[in-house]
This record gives sequence, structure tokens and C-alpha cells, in this order.
Amino acid sequence: MSGAALPLRAARALRLPPLGLVLAWAMVALVMAWAIAPGLFAWQSPLQGISGSQLAEPSAQHWLGTDGLGRDMYARVVYGARESLLGAFLAVTVGLTLGTLLGLIAGARGGLVDAAVMRLVDTLLAIPSLLLSLSVIILLGFGSINAAIAVGFVSVAHFARLSRTEVLRVRRAEYVEAAFGSGGRFLAVLWRHVLPNALTSVLALAALQFGSAILALATLGFLGYGAPPPTPEWGLLIAEGRDFLASAWWLTCAPGVVVVLVVLSAERISRSLGARRT
Amino acid sequence: MDLAARLSPAPATNTSAPLLAVEDLAIRYVSGGTSRRVVEGVSFTVAPGEVLALVGESGSGKTTTAQAVLGLLPANGAIESGSIRLDGTDIAHWPERKLAALRGARISLIPQDPTTSLNPVRTIGSQIAEILQIHGERNRGRIRARVLELLTRVGLEPAEMRAQQYPHQLSGGMRQRVLIAIAVALRPGLIVADEPTSALDVTVQRRVLDLLDDLRREYGTAVLLVTHDLGVAADRADRVVVLRQGRIQEAGPVREVLAAPKSEYARQLLADAPSLATPRARPIAPPTAGTMLKVAGLTQLYPMAGERSRVFRAADDVNFEVRAGTTHALVGESGSGKTTTARCIAGFLRPTSGTVEVGGTDVAQLSGEQLRQFRRKVQLVFQNPFASLDPRQTIGQIVEEPLWNFDAVSRIERENRVRGMIERVGLPDSVLTRPPAALSGGQRQRVAIARALVLKPRVVVLDEAVSALDVTVQARILELLDELQRELGLTYVFVSHDLAVVRLIADTVSVMRSGQVVESGPVETVFHNPANDYTRDLIAAIPGSAGAAGKAAP
Amino acid sequence: MTRHLAQRIAQALLVLLAAFTVAFVLLQALPGDAVLIKFLGSEMGLTADQIAELRVAYGADAPIWEQYLHTLGNFLRGDFGYSIRSGVPVSQLLTENLPSTLRLSLLALAAACAVAVLLALLSQVEGFGWVRAVARSMPSFFVAVPVFWLGIMLIQVFSFQLGLVSVIAPEPWEELILPVFTLAVPISAPLAQVLIRNIDAVFGEPFVAVARAKGARHQWVLWRHVVRNAMPPTLTMAGVLFGELLGGAVVTETVFGLGGLGGMTQQAVANQDVAVLQAIVVLSATAFVTISLAVDLVMPLLDPRLSRAVSAV
Repeated sequence: MSGAALPLRAARALRLPPLGLVLAWAMVALVMAWAIAPGLFAWQSPLQGISGSQLAEPSAQHWLGTDGLGRDMYARVVYGARESLLGAFLAVTVGLTLGTLLGLIAGARGGLVDAAVMRLVDTLLAIPSLLLSLSVIILLGFGSINAAIAVGFVSVAHFARLSRTEVLRVRRAEYVEAAFGSGGRFLAVLWRHVLPNALTSVLALAALQFGSAILALATLGFLGYGAPPPTPEWGLLIAEGRDFLASAWWLTCAPGVVVVLVVLSAERISRSLGARRT
Repeated sequence: MDLAARLSPAPATNTSAPLLAVEDLAIRYVSGGTSRRVVEGVSFTVAPGEVLALVGESGSGKTTTAQAVLGLLPANGAIESGSIRLDGTDIAHWPERKLAALRGARISLIPQDPTTSLNPVRTIGSQIAEILQIHGERNRGRIRARVLELLTRVGLEPAEMRAQQYPHQLSGGMRQRVLIAIAVALRPGLIVADEPTSALDVTVQRRVLDLLDDLRREYGTAVLLVTHDLGVAADRADRVVVLRQGRIQEAGPVREVLAAPKSEYARQLLADAPSLATPRARPIAPPTAGTMLKVAGLTQLYPMAGERSRVFRAADDVNFEVRAGTTHALVGESGSGKTTTARCIAGFLRPTSGTVEVGGTDVAQLSGEQLRQFRRKVQLVFQNPFASLDPRQTIGQIVEEPLWNFDAVSRIERENRVRGMIERVGLPDSVLTRPPAALSGGQRQRVAIARALVLKPRVVVLDEAVSALDVTVQARILELLDELQRELGLTYVFVSHDLAVVRLIADTVSVMRSGQVVESGPVETVFHNPANDYTRDLIAAIPGSAGAAGKAAP
Repeated sequence: MTRHLAQRIAQALLVLLAAFTVAFVLLQALPGDAVLIKFLGSEMGLTADQIAELRVAYGADAPIWEQYLHTLGNFLRGDFGYSIRSGVPVSQLLTENLPSTLRLSLLALAAACAVAVLLALLSQVEGFGWVRAVARSMPSFFVAVPVFWLGIMLIQVFSFQLGLVSVIAPEPWEELILPVFTLAVPISAPLAQVLIRNIDAVFGEPFVAVARAKGARHQWVLWRHVVRNAMPPTLTMAGVLFGELLGGAVVTETVFGLGGLGGMTQQAVANQDVAVLQAIVVLSATAFVTISLAVDLVMPLLDPRLSRAVSAV
């Protein structure tokens, strides 16, 4: 398969990718670096406040100022990347694995199995996603991992629906019929032709859901169901900063801007992979 | 002279200024940072009442030229130089506002695909009325009267009922009549007809072109006919312009060009056009050859949507035999059941009843591993070479896959066979590592043929295998198929809607209609001495069969 | 037509039943017994006997399927049980809180539609390339903004910095301006995206070329051909977005401190008040299913091709 893809990629690489896409990848790379090695980017403690320098304005020392406990906001945003990214990663993994599996089975088997899976998907889609994830959180309890699982659970329906559609589309494709005509066995054709061709848009959806998961996790964090304080989590940072809105607006503004940029980047990358938001 | 007689609807005027004069036209497309000139140095004129055909294969710039005349180039296309004079005025660089006033009134369009060219959510009547409204008619009574008059004129009756209908309630041929009604509504001087019938069945195509002919004679309208089909041009046009890759290869009265083409390309095109070519003598298969394929009582039923008790008979008691080493054609229009039959033969569809014996085995009884093993003997080549190759594989992988499925031979042996096969179908070695996307349509169909033949099958089912290709490409593929048949002793089942192609390649033919075989026999007999009315109709409808002479009669 | 309608309604009811079941399984059936959670861990110092008594009172001791049927029966009769925390009937809580949330949601939906249509029209403006580009990039941006953060930022800018909208003792209408806008932004984004994509797609259709060949100008084509054909998928999208709308309303109410389902939901989650949350989940699923049913039934009026399918099935 790699042989097939190579010449295409080589041809594309000759043209420069659009600037927006480059920036999107750069943003994601930066945030990932924050998550992997926050110490390299922020040299102050995200948890230990410096007494006497509470609510400092942004300065050379504290790029984004300090919060109500004198903690460096920039450090908290950087360290927060780990929490948000890991959570989003976990959520997408849950949704992708469960959803794609369900969709694959439904699309490949058809009949009663398909009908049952699709009614389940309809049901999950009928419940507003926030309420559904809150229900899961009630079941599992508060906490960052549980919040991530809840967010992932909600996206199962989306992944299942898309992967089923894709499997059906690819199964109807003439090249799959031709593969059977060449004497291919069911599983071999599924593995060689259906899966690789159906997976592209599922991966694009995964990129899109990564952004959505960050948003959803931030929302849960903001509402207080995610990571408990003093964990630096982006949603929580915004909630904490809210108390000082009138005096130190940057405390709320900065983490929000980071969230917007990351989600925007995920969307842009997903679009380059050929996703459609439906 | 004959030619003058044909121009008679618009007498004196054709000696004066032409209606349309395109001079030294060059058009450029810009896409993704690269720009390409797609039309260059194109000049021609259309006299009032005249039919000029722009003939060419894909990429010839014929449609682009037509779009430029209408001022409807895509947003990334622009006229680089040259002029388009309508009634002596150069409109090439007119602003949209001025062009809009011209369109519909002086120049109108008959588009290519009637199924998508009408707005699905508005009635037929309102879409005809629209052209009157755009050009200033406000009186409802007059609009309604004119709409009904036009519907009646194009043969859509009862007009009151038709006016209320939506496009999806009409057949393709009827929709094209609606589009013709729109095009002639304001009696324009020029109609641009862009492949007006290529999406229609031949018999429908003939009736629609006849209607257009009648109307333009009645109104004295000139037609710029864009077509890939030299046969259509031969039947319908006065003069022809042959385009290739954006440049004019040859131009002149249609008869002269057909009788004595001057340019190399026009000669090639003429030789390759199935409808105009003289059938090659096919070697008669030795009478000793046994029956390779025997279809008996083949019936395929489908339940009708919504009506439980009724069934749709996609194939209805189909019978025929094919001797080894010969080609049998299944020919018919859409919905005739030819593809259903072909798929039953190839083992992709289990018939409701009947038998399909290939070399003594009944395909209809096979399933599972037996069916899989059977596929070594019968292979199917699909119509669309763009859809039948997995975009993620290389050509080498595609051709290798059947071997991989069946033969436990060494990798080197497999590779040798793949190389041999690729070479045999006339492709260079270098394609092996390329993806299908890097190949042209003709090259892809060669790959599909290589994939089908690499297992050394006895029967190859070709389902409209050359229909999507340009004529010159089509001719090369037909030659290849012919060679391979003789070399390997293959038996072909050739499914096609195109009788002209069938006449070139088949030994025997079954003409199908509504799931049934209406006539069957040797090609020469069926073509020269058709016993069935429908067959006669089909043969008469082949464009070009009437020849340019047929049109001269008033 | 009537048969299709009956089928469609049966399907909707099935989804509803399934939604109820999902909510029941998540909230009541699985090990986290609400009564235990609430009273065992609390500082009320109840004895085991008292808890057992409470469990009987709440029906938590019965076998699970009996509880299921019991609760289902109650829901069908409009009895959503009692809030475990406050002891007030859930239906009473709903009647108190629903109207304001409904008002906020409907206003926001209207605003979102207006914004989406505006963006879609701007995306087709002739001549001004940059306007088109901006209109086309706005939806992606809108989607990426967290609702709660947007609300806070709006308060900061319009109330604190500019003093345009007062947050202390505002007029009733004044109180709603910022929340409606906050909620409308994320809802408008997918609407605008679908609308823009469909308008673009329809502009590429051959029948548009035919209309232009008739002599129609851009505006004529846009209004008489394109908009009508681009509507149906947008309507479907609007129906699907209802869930987002409700979730967004919950967050928005929290940010702006408005009463309504939002506060109610938050309380319920904070106190593990499953009866309340279950009622909210089932109620919103009902609304969602009703809306998509309505959209399905309205669709054939917009697209005559569908009415044939409807009558045929």
C-alpha cells in the first residue's frame, strides 16, 4: 500500500501547502511540545504561587501576569496543555475505537445488526451532548479522566455513523467488486480495499473531534466537573480568572485564546484531510 | 448545389455578414497557481440559419469555446485574446450586465445533461416562463399562453398538465424537449447546443435531434453544435470544425471533410469513429469450436418499491449460446437488462431462475469457494476505468492481486507475469509503480483488461468497457481486444448500448429490450436484415448511418 | 402518506424509548445508587435502617426491571418523580425553569439563523473578494470559541469596558442581549457552513448554467434558483442543532447567572440528583425527536422530489 501512496505524496509535496495549514500544524506542534515537556517552555511553577505578587499585570517576568494566588499564568497555561491534550486524546481514542468498531460491524454485516446499531446511534444523537456527558459523569464521578471518557462516549455515535457510511460507500465501489471478481476472499478484500479507503475520512473526523473534545473538556472543566483545582486545566483557568474579570481580564482571556487557536487548528487540519462537518 | 439547398431557410443573408464570427480566440484557465491555455487561435463563422458542428474529443476545447460564445466561462477561465462578433459587434469583453441581456434573447443554450439541467424544485411551466420574465414580459396571460404553445410545439402534451409537473416526473428525453422549448422561446438567432443528446438513448437522441432540426428550420435559427460524435455532426451539420487540444485541425463543409479529410487528425478521427467506419472483416470462428457459454431461461426479478405484489423483470427468459473464441454482444438501451444478464454470467448476481453454463459448469449454482474458483474462468471488465481501480494501489499491485488470490507462485514469478501482461496491453513498464490517478482513461482501461487477463480466463465479460472513452482511444482498445482474442482464444460477452461499436467487434448479437431478447443472430444478418421493428429502429438511429445525404431531403 | 407518517412516528417513539432507557441505565441502573451516594457519604449521620427506609420510599430496593417499568409508567403519566435533594416534584421544577430557557433558546436560534443567512449572503457578494473570504472563515472561528469564554469576554467588553449593557439590575430585555448573542454564535457556525457549502454546490449545478443562459443575472439566480435548493439541508441541520442549543443554553445561563434549566442541571449534577437529570435528558430527547420529525414532514414541501418518495413508501 505504501508504494501506491508514495508517488502521489511526492507530487503534492512540490506545491507549498497553504499558509493557514502550516500555522495550524505549528500551533498543534507547539501545544504538543508544551504537553510533553512543559518545563522547557515555562520555568516557573504552575502550582506554587509567589506571595506578594498576586494579580500582577503581564510583564517580562510574568508574560501573562499572575493569578489570585500569585501563580504565573503563562506557566499554568503551558502546563494546562498536558491536561487538555491528554484528555482530548483519551476522548478521541474512546470515540474512535468504539465508534469505528460499531460502524464497521454495522456496515459490513448489514441487516438486523445494522438496524440495531443505527437505532442506538440515533438515540445517542437525540440526547444533547452536554447532557449525555453529564449523565456519564454522574455515573463515573468527577475528575479529568472521567470527563474525558464522558466526552469520548458522546462522540461514539458520530464515529459510528461516519464509519458505517464510509464502509457502505466503499463496499459499493466498483474496485471492491472488482477485487471480489479477481477471486478475493471477504476478509482479504475488507483488509486490502475497504478499510484503507474508508479510514481517511474517519481520521479526518478524528482530527475534528480532537478540537471538539478540547472544547467540551474545557466546558466541563469550567462547570467544575473535570480536573479539581489546583490542576491547571484550560477550562478551569477561565473559571478561576472569572472572579478577577474586572481587575485582571487577561487571566480569562489568555487561556480562552489558546483554546480557540488549538480548536481552530484542529479544524483546519481536519479540513485538509477532507472532513466535512455534518 | 445540395449545400446551398440546405441553407435555404435563411436565403440571402448567408452571403452578407455572418451571424457569429469568432476570430483568433485564445482562452486560458488558471487553477491552483498554474495557468493553461486551453483554446488557441480558434476562428470560425456561423451564418444565419446554419448548423456548424464543433467536433473533438475530451480536452479539445470545444465546450470551452461554446461557453465563451455565451459569455459563460467558468470563473477561473478568461478570454486572453481574439474576438467574438455577434451581428458584427465584438462581445468578447462585454460586461456581465450587457451579456445577460443578450443571452436567451439572441443566443441561447441547450445543455448537455437534461437530468441535471432543470431546477428540481420548480415546475416545468415556471422554468419556461422564466426566460420570458427575465426578458421583460410581465403579462401573466401572455406568458401562460406562450408556455403552453411552446410545450405543445416540442411535443409535450397535454401542455396544461406538463406545465404543472416537476422535472423528476419526466423522462430524460422529455426534459431535453423542455430545454429545447426554453432555448427557442425568444426565437434567438443562435442556439449553442452542447452535446445535446449524449446522455440519451439512441432512439431518443434521434427524435430529439429531429425536433431541434425542425424548429431551427422553422425559425431560421443558426446552431452551434458541440459534439464528440462525428456521426451526429455528419447527420446534422452543414459545416464542421474539428478541434484537438484547443486548436483547429480542419474546417469545412461537412461532406468535404468526411469525404476527403485533409488533416492527419481528422483522418484518424474518421477512421476511428465506429458509426462511420466500415466494419472490418472478422475471421469466422471454425465451426468445430464448441459452445463455451450457454444461457438458458435466465430470469432476474426484483420486487417493485412500494408495491409488494408486483415484481420488476430485469431479465426475462434470456437465452443464447456463444461459441468458444467468438464475441457475443448484448445490445440495448438503458433498462434493457443487458447489464443484469452480464452480471449473472460473471457470477456477481444469482439469477432468480435459469442457468448460465460456462464450459459445462452452471454458474447460478455456485457459491462460496466454488464461486471463487470459478472466477479464474470468467472475468468482468467494468465500464468506468476511474471507479474500478482502487485509488490506493499501484498499477503493479492491481494487476498482481488476482495472482496473489489464487496462485501460490513465487513473488518473482508473479512479478514476471504482471510485467508480461502490462507489456501485452501496450503499457510501459514505468506505470507499474504509479497509482491509477496518474493514468489517462484509456490507460486505466488497459490496466483493467490486464487485471482481467492475468488469470488466463476463458470468458471475459466486457460491460460497456469502451463507452466512457474518446473515439480514438476506444478504437485502440477495440483493436487490443481483437488481438488478445485471437492470441489467447478468448470468448467475449460484449455489453454495449452502441450498435456501431457492436458491429465492429461482435460475431453474434442479442438485441435486448425491457429484459427480453427481441432478436438474436449473426451480426451481419441482424444489421442488414433485421427481423424486429425495434432492431430496425435502433439501427436507423445510429448517428451517421443516414450519412450527410439523409439530411438533404426536405 | 399516512402510512409513512405512522412509520415515522413509530420510529420516533422507538428512539424516545431508547433514549429513556439510556438515561435510566446511565443514571439509575448502574451501581452508583443515588440514594446511597447521597445519604451514605453525607454528614447527616443516618443509620443503615434509615437509609433502607429511604430506599424503599424512593423505590430503589425493587428489582431493576421493576424500577424501570415503574419509572417508565410514571414518565408516561407525566410524573417525573421527586428531586432527591429538595424533595420538590421534578415537574414543578421544570415548569418553573423551562420557560426562561425556552425563551433564551428560541431567541438565540432566531439570531443564529439571522447571522448564518447574513454570512451566507456575504459569502456570495460579487466583487468584494475580501468580504467573501472573511464571511467564509467566520464559521470556523465561531465553532472554535468556547461558549462560556465568549460570554465572559462579552460581559467584560460590553458591560465593564464600554458600559453599554448593565449587569447590575438590568432591564429584562437588556439582560437577554448578551446571552442570546453568546448562544447564537456557536449555533450559527454550522448553519452558516452548511448554507454556504450548499449555495456553492447549487451554483455549480447545470441548471444554474441554464438559468444564466436564459439571461438571468446573479441576484436573480441566487434568489430564484439557488436559495430554494440550498434550504432543505440547512433545515435538517437546524433540527440537528437543537441539542447543541440546549447544551449551550445550560452553559450560557451558568455564565450569566440566569435562572432556568441550566442552573437546574448544574444543581442536579452537583448533587447527583438523578431524577432531575433523567427528566431533563428525556425531555430534551423528546424535543429533539419531535423537531426532527417535523423537519422530515416539512421537507417534501420544499423539495417535490421527496413527496414522491413519501407517497411511494
